[in-house]
Amino acid sequence: MKSRSGTLYSLPLTVWISLFFLVPMAIVLLYSFLARETGGGVRWVFDLGAYAEIFKQTADGRFIYLDIVWYTLLMAVGATLLTILIALPCAYYIARAKNNTLLLFLVIIPFWVNFMIRIYAWVAILGQSGILNESLLALGILKDPIQFLFNDTAVLVVLVYTNLPFAILPLFTTIEKFDFGLLEAARDLGASHTRSLWSVLLPNIRGGIITAVLFTFIPIFGTFAVPDVMGNSNVFMLGQLITSKLKFTGDYPMASSLSVLILILSGVGLVVYTLYNNNQAKQRHVVIEEDTL
Amino acid sequence: MKGSEVRVENADKKFGDFHALKNVSLTIGKGEFFSLLGPSGCGKTTLLRIIAGFEGLSSGAVYLDGKDVLPLPPNERHVNTVFQNYALFPHLSVFENIAFPLRLKKMDKAAIQEKVTQYLQLVHLVGQENKKPNQLSGGQKQRVAIARALINEPSVLLLDEPLSALDAKLRHQLLLDLDLIHDQIGITFIYVTHDQSEALSVSDRIAVMSEGRVLQIGTPFEIYEAPADSFVAKFIGETNILDGRITAHEGNLYTIDTDGVGPIQVTSDREFAVGARVRHAIRPEKIDITKEKPAGLPDDFTILHGKVAESIYSGFQSQFYVETVGSLQFKVYQQHESYIERGPAIRWTDEVYINWDADDGYIVELI
Repeated sequence: MKSRSGTLYSLPLTVWISLFFLVPMAIVLLYSFLARETGGGVRWVFDLGAYAEIFKQTADGRFIYLDIVWYTLLMAVGATLLTILIALPCAYYIARAKNNTLLLFLVIIPFWVNFMIRIYAWVAILGQSGILNESLLALGILKDPIQFLFNDTAVLVVLVYTNLPFAILPLFTTIEKFDFGLLEAARDLGASHTRSLWSVLLPNIRGGIITAVLFTFIPIFGTFAVPDVMGNSNVFMLGQLITSKLKFTGDYPMASSLSVLILILSGVGLVVYTLYNNNQAKQRHVVIEEDTL
Repeated sequence: MKGSEVRVENADKKFGDFHALKNVSLTIGKGEFFSLLGPSGCGKTTLLRIIAGFEGLSSGAVYLDGKDVLPLPPNERHVNTVFQNYALFPHLSVFENIAFPLRLKKMDKAAIQEKVTQYLQLVHLVGQENKKPNQLSGGQKQRVAIARALINEPSVLLLDEPLSALDAKLRHQLLLDLDLIHDQIGITFIYVTHDQSEALSVSDRIAVMSEGRVLQIGTPFEIYEAPADSFVAKFIGETNILDGRITAHEGNLYTIDTDGVGPIQVTSDREFAVGARVRHAIRPEKIDITKEKPAGLPDDFTILHGKVAESIYSGFQSQFYVETVGSLQFKVYQQHESYIERGPAIRWTDEVYINWDADDGYIVELI
């Protein structure tokens, strides 16, 4: 028989998740199937128009919204890849360092400063009269300041910067548990240093890499503030598109259907991750047999 | 011979303030089963890791068949290691673990299949090849580690306490297997252990180490019967130590006036001056114990009277701690076949006589 007290203890969590997670999600899902009321809000009739709108094309055959989805996907994949590539050596170094508490502390310190302030700090660094331009001018490397801001590179740099801790932390926890003796074994058996990292370290920290990818890809895919501040104002990422639908056109159903799209795309990633994890767990549960001598 | 000669010259290794190896020199012959024996922290594993290429030297040299290997990284030395914790790759099956070195060499599939099967047979693991390491028992893991280390056909196999994580019975079985494999493939084995009985039973020669130094190199027989100093005498097996001054010297027969039990006689091949203070050792199994005073023994036997302070029955033998004059305690082992012939059993608190032959005692060193 199931314990009743268990249900009781989990009540606060159930209330919390329902109130702040499930209910808002249900509202988003519901709104995506409703019609748009001119001047904002929704009309309570079933309507698939908001979904059809996603596939809308211009007269010359360009997809208005799918192009934004595609661009967002490219930016998110690029930013995630860069983040993981930088986070891996960082996490490896921290895991092998003696003073890793201090190093982890340094990774977490930026969280003490407000997210928006950190983004605007990058404007102060990359701007026309920012630190970078001023330094390069002072050193005589540049004659005229360069516009580093308002392009994809600036967005990628800041996306990588803001998401790096979310990749470093899960990677660190898996690499820390890794038996570095295995690298010696690989070297001993004939592998070069690089080969031992590639063939032995990476496969054994795969779980951590997948977690890091999800922790960075999902927030980046829905990001709003970074491209809004750093990006080219002529191109939108999905997060910006949804915000503009809500704020400027009051198109709640369209904002909702786009949110559902993000949910589905991120959900696919989570399902793959869960399936992979279950598979790993199954392999670990095989009973260890007695030695047969 | 397929094995290599390993020569270590004046090897010195410091880790910060810790002096792990102090001027170690030794030569290990082609195809030899050589053990590095010593307590933990004596530098034996450090020496092994230096030969493998995981550590460098502060000064000194390591030669493989006369070639200086110190500049070579581990993957370029014709040496493979069986690690203490097995170090099997958890993400690979038994087959793939053993095939790992061959895949690195980009050997073709059919050849890999054939060679891995051959080594699976060598370590009796046929039928287990699809299992992951976490599905194996300790003994099986160790066999995989051995097969994986051997498949590159190294000229030297390094074994770092390979049996220490296994239970006693399995340890004994695997030790015999290792000895058989050594006989079959004939390469040089360097075996690190802190277990003197392991080292004695399979080694051709043993180097006894302590605090970064090699104290003695010799065959198991030499190490046991003629320990170079009191550390070796105490570390290898059990022994009774008597210190004293040499008072007479006739041929190879010495008389020592020992502290506590007075004059005893011992033979020695080495030269000691009359008046020198020496340490004398006698192994417990070489001492005879009786209830009656033994009669008719030659003059050079030592006979002491004492009382059994402790008696431990351990199946194939009994151990006695006999307290003698000078309140010295002697450890005596007695096999049970003679136990019955001697009539009444010796018990705790019994008055007994212990005796040994001058040929069985041994002068360890000057003190």
